[in-house]
Amino acid sequence: MARIGVFVCHCGENIGRTVDCARVADALREHPGVAHSVDYKYMCSDPGQALIKQAIAEKRLDGVVVAACSPHMHEKTFRRACAGADLNPFLCEMANVREHCSWIHEDRARATDKAIDLARTIVEKVKHNRPLQTIRIPVTRRALVIGGGIAGIQAALDIADGGAEVVLVEKEPSIGGHMSQLSETFPTLDCSQCILTPRMVEVYQHPRIKLMAYSEVDAVSGYIGNFTVKIRQKARAVDASTCNGCGACTKACIQRKIPSEFDERLGPRSAIYVPFPQAVPNTPVIDRANCAYFKAKAKGATKAACGKCAEACSRGAIDFDQQDSFVTEKVGAIVVATGFQLYRIGADQPQGLTGYGEYGYGTVPDVIDGLQFERLASASGPTGGKILRPSDGREPKRIVFLQCVGSRDPAKGMAYCSKICCMYVAKHTMLYRHKVHDGQATVFYMDIRAAGKGYDEFTRRAIEEDGARYVRGRVARLYRDGDVIKVHGFDTLSGEPLVLDADMVVLATAMRPQPGIEALAQKLSVSYDQHGFINEAHPKLRPVETNTAGVFVAGACQAPRDIPDSVAMASAAASKILGLFSQAELEREPTVARVDTGLCSGCFHCERVCPYGAVERREIRDRKGNLLKVVAEVNPGVCQGCGTCQATCPSKSVELDGFTDQQIWAEINALAL
Amino acid sequence: MRIGYYPGCSLHATARELDESLRAVASALDLELQELDDWSCCGATSGHATNHLLSLALPARNLALAEAQGHDRVLAPCAACYNRLATARHEIAADAALAARVARVLERPFANRVTVANLVEVLRELGPAITARAGRSLAGLKVACYYGCLLVRPAAVVGFDDPEQPTSMEDVVRAAGATPVAWQMRLECCGGAFSLARTASVVRLGRAILDDARRAGAEALVVACPMCHSNLDFRQSAMLERGEKPLPVLYLSELVGLALGIAPDTLGLQRHFVDARPLAARAAAEVH
Amino acid sequence: MATAAESLTAFEPRITAFVCNWCTYTGADLAGTSRLQMAPNVRIVRLPCTGRIDPLFVIKAFERGADGVIVSGCHPADCHYTAGNYHARRRFAVFRELLDFMGIDTRRVTFSWVSASEGGKWRDVVNETVGRVQALGPFEAYHELAGRQG
Repeated sequence: MARIGVFVCHCGENIGRTVDCARVADALREHPGVAHSVDYKYMCSDPGQALIKQAIAEKRLDGVVVAACSPHMHEKTFRRACAGADLNPFLCEMANVREHCSWIHEDRARATDKAIDLARTIVEKVKHNRPLQTIRIPVTRRALVIGGGIAGIQAALDIADGGAEVVLVEKEPSIGGHMSQLSETFPTLDCSQCILTPRMVEVYQHPRIKLMAYSEVDAVSGYIGNFTVKIRQKARAVDASTCNGCGACTKACIQRKIPSEFDERLGPRSAIYVPFPQAVPNTPVIDRANCAYFKAKAKGATKAACGKCAEACSRGAIDFDQQDSFVTEKVGAIVVATGFQLYRIGADQPQGLTGYGEYGYGTVPDVIDGLQFERLASASGPTGGKILRPSDGREPKRIVFLQCVGSRDPAKGMAYCSKICCMYVAKHTMLYRHKVHDGQATVFYMDIRAAGKGYDEFTRRAIEEDGARYVRGRVARLYRDGDVIKVHGFDTLSGEPLVLDADMVVLATAMRPQPGIEALAQKLSVSYDQHGFINEAHPKLRPVETNTAGVFVAGACQAPRDIPDSVAMASAAASKILGLFSQAELEREPTVARVDTGLCSGCFHCERVCPYGAVERREIRDRKGNLLKVVAEVNPGVCQGCGTCQATCPSKSVELDGFTDQQIWAEINALAL
Repeated sequence: MRIGYYPGCSLHATARELDESLRAVASALDLELQELDDWSCCGATSGHATNHLLSLALPARNLALAEAQGHDRVLAPCAACYNRLATARHEIAADAALAARVARVLERPFANRVTVANLVEVLRELGPAITARAGRSLAGLKVACYYGCLLVRPAAVVGFDDPEQPTSMEDVVRAAGATPVAWQMRLECCGGAFSLARTASVVRLGRAILDDARRAGAEALVVACPMCHSNLDFRQSAMLERGEKPLPVLYLSELVGLALGIAPDTLGLQRHFVDARPLAARAAAEVH
Repeated sequence: MATAAESLTAFEPRITAFVCNWCTYTGADLAGTSRLQMAPNVRIVRLPCTGRIDPLFVIKAFERGADGVIVSGCHPADCHYTAGNYHARRRFAVFRELLDFMGIDTRRVTFSWVSASEGGKWRDVVNETVGRVQALGPFEAYHELAGRQG
């Protein structure tokens, strides 16, 4: 007969309010195989854990069930407590009577009945639990950082400075990300590139950072401490080892009017190009879609249509035949720092979103977005830092800024707040006034959200010192009327409709995760929300971890983030990784599959369905060495414990420890009681 | 193709030419309009300003009739009727308790199975057929498509076009061989039901619409709503300054009818206050 | 009519849910954290992955008195174990056909994907299933049959 102890937690009022914990403990005391059953206000407290330890010793318990919160919260706590009383920790399980019961029901009688059911079910399961030993695995002390924006740069530098090696993968030709495009940064108005480029150079020169720009993660396998990553290095058509970055090729290129991505399509670039002067690495890339040579080749031309860049290169670094190449790296931890994109209305709207055509982005001239304004205001931008209208190059005297375009609007965009827009719009109005002294900035806003050190002071400064006019309300429509843009809005403080003439309109469009984030998340087995932002493991207590051990998240790929947030997350992820790397070996849950070789008939269905290739073949021979049969065997280091093999096995010869058939049958049978 | 036809009160009164032109166009395009037997008023603005249940039951009665008469789709050419029928359908579908209440009021079986179609929606579907049969009679004619505020809104109920950047009327105009102009006031309000109560407002709003259309180079306005038509056509004389040339206001179905070579009188053009017949004559001249 | 309605609401179905640990179980946790109220008829059996769910579990649950069953895991392409949910999806596509053969009304079985961030969806799945099974009434026929054979 089993001797199981049941411990019912009140969780203060959290469980006790809707579940009669004493009645649960009483009911379980009568349950066959239960040797001890009590309720207590906080099982997770020191005295609560002491109760468990004491009962194990005094009542010689061989199993423990804690009816409390979700096992995702406190399973570790209670298993450790059991281990402290010399009971194998895997003989302890939790019944979730908080998240799955008291918090979601109001009827006390029915919630209590349900809690009794849940506890009984787990008691029946625990009767079939076996003692298990944790698995120890080695750690590769090397990290992969995906994304070379400010978050990725910071994470890479912190990890490398901590003594571990880093592979930094960036999909663009240069690292730097969106921060390199910004003119000045709030709330200090210091020049973005001036503070960023030293970090970029540091990455490039760091002996422990391997920088792989113009590369993408192709495939990821393995698990915490032992990931294998396949990285695609896209062909630049320029040999990076011979190129000295002199720039002669870009000057020789005949295609000169390709809209520059770095300048947000406000300025031109050549087909062979370096995105911006301080790019790291400073090796050019040929944009094959726009290069005369590659375009002609794609059409089937046999003779080279152009070769100006190759002629101009004194080092013979241009290599038209270069192909994508693949590199495989072993790493122990991964940081996802892929950043954001702006919601580009009309241009690349995500599926299902069609709103805001009335704002004329892409159709009404001189309606631009926030990043485009950054390029206009930037000294390295297409206008040399002068605020000029893209349509006619005139200096706009009246600019209207629209906040929350796509943000905070579930009907036409995203329900969330993009967080940075209130601040950067205030910054824009100030930059504008500093450059165009007689210019009038008007801002349409829903609320000013300036929570942060020095943030509210900053928006006050925009209004009080730099004369920005703030109108609380929304804009209904923009019209182009001859030379001006008519802005039809509504002032909700005065209750009056409003028509303003503007020379330029700047839309603070929503922040969205980078395109392709879902595919990357799937490669990494991390979850993401309905917008594509990567989910953190816990919104408050594990903000830079993901649900997949060993994969961390930093910056705006997790939610809208400004620079200080992104840097803080990156440093947090780096410190988590350095903590991980400080251990000689990692412990892993022993929930892995085992094969009963006596039963196994060698059909290898399990081998076909295993997502990890953990199933191996073993030959069974008699003493004379004659082959009797070939059976499946699971490599416990590779198995992750999904149990697909067990559900597939026709002879039921695979068992997943922790979730054996016996355990689950017992649970189902318990529900019939 | 066969479709249930709910003309509504307007098409039997102030908007007779919409009814006439639509029937003529439908017959030319082999679209069989089957007028609902025993249809009644949708309640329009007065209904939903008075009582919510009434405002749903009145259109629901007509949807129930359509169902009983074997239709799966009903064409309501008037923008207001369309809005009421579509709203009733939408709200009843979303709320089982409400559906039960409406069914009790109707005292007839009602499964809310019939979908509601708009004039523009149906003509857009017929676009290829229109293009195939239209001559070049409207070539070069520049028209401003005026949606008004009601036709494509609210988005949750309507859904056949973008509520802020619609394109369906322009699609039909192009199919008919005329040229839609790009202009700004396509979705602004014309004053709606205030033609009598607040005439000055209607004149001010209408004036802005006409001005913008003219500035964009339009030779005519095209509408798909009896209320818009009556405000912009009937009230236009009050909107014009001395010596200004009036701008003809055509129903979309009339424009399509002209493209198909149907006689102006069959389309009801003689009923307009701003004479649209010179425009029709020009189109006819192009043909010969 | 009124008495029929009353007897329907008086019937409280027993629903067994087989869910994966990473998506749906966590989604149900989130529903709890968010205090989303739902019908108390569902008992969750936690498994590592929907790939671990043997169709026999579903049959067994009915045999042992369940009036309805929910099977729920990670969305396609979102599996913690990369592909377990695909195996589950294929397995249950075939299994669905068998249910009918076994005398189990397929309306008594809900298959759904609920991710870790979809607490609201979990509540909806629970409430819809409870409502549907409530309307179908107790699964006495099957329980009697199982009892006779068992």
